[in-house]
Amino acid sequence: MHGLILRTFQVFVEDTYGPGIWADVAEKAGLEMPDFEAMLNYAPETYSALISAAETVLDKPAEAIWEDVGTYLVSHPNSEGLRRLLRFGGVDFIEFLHSLDDLPDRSRLVVADLVLPDLELTDNGSTQFKLRVGDGLPGFGYVMMGVLRAMADDYGALVLLDTESGRRGEQYLMVTVIETAYAEGREFELAASSGGGGEG
Amino acid sequence: MSILPEEILHLICPMHLLLEPSGHIRQAGPTLHKISPEPLEGALFLEVFEVFRPRAVTCMKQLMQTEGRKIRLRLRGGVRTQLYGVLVADGQGGAVINLSFGIHVMSAVRDYALTSSDFAPTDLAVEMLYLVEAKSAAMDASRNLNTRLQGAMVAAEERAYTDTLTGLRNRRALDAVLERFKRGRGPFSLMHIDLDFFKQVNDTLGHAAGDLVLRHVARIMTDVIRKDDTAVRVGGDEFLIVFGGSMQPERLGEIAGDLIDRIEQPVSYDGRECRVSASIGIATAGGGIDNPDELLEQADMALYASKRAGRAQFCFFGEGPAGEGPTKVASK
Repeated sequence: MHGLILRTFQVFVEDTYGPGIWADVAEKAGLEMPDFEAMLNYAPETYSALISAAETVLDKPAEAIWEDVGTYLVSHPNSEGLRRLLRFGGVDFIEFLHSLDDLPDRSRLVVADLVLPDLELTDNGSTQFKLRVGDGLPGFGYVMMGVLRAMADDYGALVLLDTESGRRGEQYLMVTVIETAYAEGREFELAASSGGGGEG
Repeated sequence: MSILPEEILHLICPMHLLLEPSGHIRQAGPTLHKISPEPLEGALFLEVFEVFRPRAVTCMKQLMQTEGRKIRLRLRGGVRTQLYGVLVADGQGGAVINLSFGIHVMSAVRDYALTSSDFAPTDLAVEMLYLVEAKSAAMDASRNLNTRLQGAMVAAEERAYTDTLTGLRNRRALDAVLERFKRGRGPFSLMHIDLDFFKQVNDTLGHAAGDLVLRHVARIMTDVIRKDDTAVRVGGDEFLIVFGGSMQPERLGEIAGDLIDRIEQPVSYDGRECRVSASIGIATAGGGIDNPDELLEQADMALYASKRAGRAQFCFFGEGPAGEGPTKVASK
């Protein structure tokens, strides 16, 4: 299990619920070291232990937690760096959706050993999209759901999201774009401001 | 004139220029308008841009000679951003020039507040910005990790029980061992060993020779002690051996004599012989004293007695020097 994924989960819990709650989750999950390093690898079972510990401690179903992680990744100031990287994907939400196919390859360009599930976008008409999320990382579909929801806000687009499970751990996200320029959206400049870029 | 309308260049080459045979700019792409402080259309190309590679260009004729080759240029006014370009003759005496920011794209985007739409959809500029930003985030994470690992290494060294030079235990380990005896109150003996003439080896043959001697002595001690004994390098050329359990003074004397004998065997360094000896002080916790600190002091006093009696010998606390005499020691 790539440390970046576990580390992301850690900073999500710490930034959202506080370090005390993270300590509870880490203890419940039986972690020897409560801090993950983004650039190291960990035993694969760590992830599932962490998720079920979080379900108990936060008293929330895993699906909701995963979706919160996705929203956190885009909207929390501490992961501004990732939000910027996602915004490089396109000038509007529809172009961003089309860039999702490249997302696993894009992340591999940066962190060569980070393997994310396949993403494949098909459009049924100009406003209806279906994103297939491959298997390999349980919950990634829900994380993407949170990411899409937050990115739509970021671009100022009005969208409806729904999900259904596919075969063998696959998941489908249905995206209906009602309006691409519904609200202002957040500013995005190509040039990075100094000191930008958080963890995540 | 070309068959295709010239306007199509605005989309596929937003940094293009069309030049008249006179060297005046007929048309310029939208991104160039954004970065040039002067109006471009109608201006003389060489008055707006300075071409400096492959060589300085001063007239239209020289400019046309660069056809097909990579030229480097910069704006004469404003931020003077460096640009790369290529010129192709249009067959009518004029030329088409396409420009790019090349490696300077990062600063250009910042200086002119460019957006994705300022680049051709096929341009890799935005991908490059993405990569630069993503790579610096990854590098930061890596650097942070390295810093933390370095801190952890220093902390681990501070907690270490081993003397890195000799592989013997260190002072910290000694404290732990003595603490154990203090709590356990079992009998034990201490042998305090100080090398004689070690300084001469260090001074005449250098520190590498000194280190060799220390490692040699450490090996001898490791040979001599039993599994439950502890050999410690307490510092410099000073060693301590903790013998667990009750031991006959005769046996301790034998060991001390043996140690001195073997330490006196010369070690060869770089073709030269290093000769040292050792003075030893012994204290045993048999006589009702089982406070380790007190015993350490006794061993130290016994060692001092050996030194005073002429070195290269061992001495029990509370007795005069015994065993080896200094005769065998050949000082350098």
